Amino acid sequence: MTHAIELQDLHKYFGRNEVLKGIDMTVDTGQVVCVIGPSGSGKSTLLRCVNLLEQPTRGKVFVQGVEVTDPDVDIDAVRRHIGMVFQQFNLFPHMTVLQNVMIAQQRVLKRGKSEAEAIARENLEKVGVGAKCDALPGQLSGGQQQRVAIARALAMNPNLMLFDEPTSALDPELVGDVLAVMRQLAEEGMTMLVVTHEMGFARQVADRVVFMDGGVVVEDGDAAQVIGDPQQERTRAFLHRVLHPED
Amino acid sequence: MADQPMTAEPARARLSPRKKQRISRGVQYVVLLAVLVAVVLYADWGSLAQNFAKPDVAGHALPDLFTVALRNTIIYAVGGFVCSFLLGLLLALMKLSQVRPYRWISTIYIEIFRGLPALLIFLLITFLPLALPGFEVPGGTYGQGILGLGLVGAAYQAEVFRAGLQAVPKGQVEAARSLGMSATRAQITVVIPQAIRMVIPPTTNQFVALLKDSSLVLFLGVSGEYVELAKFGNDLASQYANATPIMVAGLTYLIVTIPLGYLASRLEGRKGRTR
Repeated sequence: MTHAIELQDLHKYFGRNEVLKGIDMTVDTGQVVCVIGPSGSGKSTLLRCVNLLEQPTRGKVFVQGVEVTDPDVDIDAVRRHIGMVFQQFNLFPHMTVLQNVMIAQQRVLKRGKSEAEAIARENLEKVGVGAKCDALPGQLSGGQQQRVAIARALAMNPNLMLFDEPTSALDPELVGDVLAVMRQLAEEGMTMLVVTHEMGFARQVADRVVFMDGGVVVEDGDAAQVIGDPQQERTRAFLHRVLHPED
Repeated sequence: MADQPMTAEPARARLSPRKKQRISRGVQYVVLLAVLVAVVLYADWGSLAQNFAKPDVAGHALPDLFTVALRNTIIYAVGGFVCSFLLGLLLALMKLSQVRPYRWISTIYIEIFRGLPALLIFLLITFLPLALPGFEVPGGTYGQGILGLGLVGAAYQAEVFRAGLQAVPKGQVEAARSLGMSATRAQITVVIPQAIRMVIPPTTNQFVALLKDSSLVLFLGVSGEYVELAKFGNDLASQYANATPIMVAGLTYLIVTIPLGYLASRLEGRKGRTR
């Protein structure tokens, strides 16, 4: 069986700085994998290599068996099937919420206006912002904006979803709404690769947790085991800092 | 004056800073009053009024002042603006292009047309038919004026657009690309509309500059139905040996440019609030 995502010996340099030092990793279809680790450990870069927002310096990336790092591959076509949610939401501020969710359906998938609108409304409803269709992104709270961003990605019928610290820019009281939507997606069987600092979410929702530090995967395993009983000293130290910040 | 060293000897600092400020302000009022008195006493008001604000000469300017001169000024300015807008956007995109020769071409164009006086461009345009036999700028005199204003305005507008395009956050392109849009599609759908919104205030100022520069059409040797405000005022002034028509033309410019200036600063203020 082909993996939803497979990374083979992935290296990424920014100038002389090696951010990813040979990552091997797989995500299977229907799995939810959370990537945790200190800032600067390369988690976001890893995620961005999957849909080639960052071009890996060396190594291969496969998405559903297709090698996306192959220069002959139509990357736009590959990205259509990979939803991505960003830390800063990146909604299009000059369009209404509804247009945000419709535009790529119309321009990329060539769906008609009424079909795109119906799908947009359905997905906005699903993430709980159906009442905000005509608002501009700037008029919404961070939590609402992030849910619109999730709806925008879902409207493309992605086969898998990438989440890049989706709750890190949110006020604490708004985090729950976004996590609830992500949890629902996970329960529906969406394949998800999530970079996050939400240990509770990782423990409860993820099938696997990957701990990264210094550009390498330090520990990769069952969520409850990596968070509850980490085998590596670095993982233990990190989790201790995160879970008991005042010690 | 305000920042006298704090270490000055206490004995010499007999005046407190506030007292010094009050005296300074008093002196400024005295100077102003003296200048005003001198102007009122020594200027020949009768002669000035005769030459710069003669009602019957001003009367002769109507109705052509509005129906011909202002109309033409607006035609030149709007036409030139549309050209500079489109060419400026193209130049800005070229300047930010991945293709190095495009960047060079754009840079060279911008440097040349910003570095030369606009008047020189207009003088050169009058020689185009000589340089290119059989070539005629489409639209005749209007076309020549619009071409000149468009070429010059594009260089400035390109820099305005470049700033606007660069001000759109990188995450916007990433979001568009992650949805499967091509680089070109992302520019057209996501980046350029936002950049245009951002550059509306400076672009309004560009339009005002262009409107004033339309007076350079004078040097194309226009006449009759093609004259714009400056040429119109100048012709009438020669005819009556009186500067009143130039003043009238000037007032007409102000009727357009001052509201536009206010509009630009209002738009700028609004941008500050919504961002």
